[in-house]
Amino acid sequence: MKNNYGKDILRFILLVTIQVLVLNQIDFGGYIDPTLYLLFILLLPFEVPGWLLLISSFFLGFSVDIFSHSTGLHAAASVFAAFVRPGVINLVGRPAEYEANLKPGIADMGFRWFFIYALLIVLAHHFILFSLEAFRFEEILYVLLRMIGSTAFTLLFLLTIEYIFMRKRH
Amino acid sequence: MRHILAFIWKYNFFFLFLVLEVAALILIANKSYYQAAVLNRATYGVSGNILNTWSGVISYFRLRDENLQLAGDNIRLRQQLTRNQSATDTLSIAVMDTSGGIQYRYTLAKVISNSTNRRDNYIMLNKGRKQGISRDMAVINANGVVGTIVSTSDNFSWVMSVLNKHSKISGRINRLNQMGTVVWQGGSPMTGTLTDLPAHVKVKIGDTITTSGFSHIFPDNIPIGTVRHIELNKGDHFYTIHFKFAADLNSLGMVYIVKNLYQHEQQELSKQVIDEK
Repeated sequence: MKNNYGKDILRFILLVTIQVLVLNQIDFGGYIDPTLYLLFILLLPFEVPGWLLLISSFFLGFSVDIFSHSTGLHAAASVFAAFVRPGVINLVGRPAEYEANLKPGIADMGFRWFFIYALLIVLAHHFILFSLEAFRFEEILYVLLRMIGSTAFTLLFLLTIEYIFMRKRH
Repeated sequence: MRHILAFIWKYNFFFLFLVLEVAALILIANKSYYQAAVLNRATYGVSGNILNTWSGVISYFRLRDENLQLAGDNIRLRQQLTRNQSATDTLSIAVMDTSGGIQYRYTLAKVISNSTNRRDNYIMLNKGRKQGISRDMAVINANGVVGTIVSTSDNFSWVMSVLNKHSKISGRINRLNQMGTVVWQGGSPMTGTLTDLPAHVKVKIGDTITTSGFSHIFPDNIPIGTVRHIELNKGDHFYTIHFKFAADLNSLGMVYIVKNLYQHEQQELSKQVIDEK
C-alpha cells in the first residue's frame, strides 16, 4: 500500500507556524493556552507506524519549544499524546479492516467519534504539559484550572479548523 | 540476550516512547545550565530571525501606541533635566562632567516574541552579545519593570518576564519605605503578588510599589505596580499583597535594557562579606 505523507508534512509546518507566530502571541487570559498543533497528531492516518507517530510528535513538540523558550516541555507532552493515541483509537472504535482508506477526521468518522477522540488526546497532552510546567504539588488547583480552560479552547479551535477544511467523501 | 531483544522489539512502541519521553525530560531538567550553551546557539539563529521578521510586520499596527508612550517618556525625562530646576541652593556647583558617576547604561530593544499565558513566560529581544547585552541585566519599559535577561546569543536575548515562577524582585512600598519580594503566582498577567512585607506596617490600597535599589540588577525607584488587594490571614506575620503591574506586559513594544556598570564590583563585595562569615 502506498503511503503518502506529503499532506502531513505540510500540515506539520503550517500548524507549528500558526502556533508560534499567532496563537502564542495572543493572550487569552491566564488560564487559556490553546495548542492547535495537536491537530497534526490527531490527523495522522490510522495505519501510521508507531515509531513514526512517536518521533514525528517529538519533533512537533520540539519545534514549538524552540520558539517559546520551553525546551522539552511541549516535546514531552506531545510524545505522551502520541503514546496514548493507539489506545484511544481502540477505545472509541477502530474502523474495520476493509475500510482501510478512512482517515481519523470528522468527514470519515463523524462528529461524535472525533469529539471524544480529540478530547481524550487533548486532555492527556494538557495534563502532562501543565503539570511539568508548574512542577509543584501546591499548584495542583492552578494546573487543573489551566487544563480545563485550555482543553475547552483547544477543542473549540480543533473542531472549527476541522470543519472549515473538511472535505466530504463522495 | 536474544530474548531481551525480542521482548524489546515486541514492545518497541512502548520502549521508543520511554526513550523519547526521557530525552524530553532531560532537556527540561538541564535547561538552565546546558541549554544556554549548546542549544541556544543552534536554535536562536533560526527562531530569532523568523520572529524578528514577523515582529517587523506586526509592529506597524502598534506604531500609534508606541509613539504615545515614547512622547510620555520624553516629557518625564525633560522634567528631570537640571536646567529646568531653579537654582535655590547657592552652594551647588554645576557638574560639567556628565559621564562621571553614571551607574546605569540604557539600550533600546524591540520585543520580537512575548507570552503571558504560560506559567513561565519569556520575552525575546532583538539585541544580544554584539550589542553588549549579557545575563542579569534589567529590562524595563516606560511604565515599569518588565524582567531580567537570562540568556543571550550574538544578536538576540531571552528575558525572564516578571510573569515567571522563578522571577523574584526586591520591591518596596514607596510611601512607607518597606521592603518585600515581588513574585507572580500565575493566573492573570495583570496581577502580581508582594510577599514578605511585615504585618505591622499600614499598607493602603493604591500604594505604589517600586524597585528597592538593593539588588545588583534593577536601578532604584522603577515602578512595579499599585496595590489592589491586601490579604492578612490570622497568625501570619507577613502580608500577601496583590497588585496591578505598572507595565502592560501583554502589549510590549520597545523596552530598555539596563546595564549596571558597577554590578561586578557590588557582587565581588557581597561575596567577600559572605566569605567572612
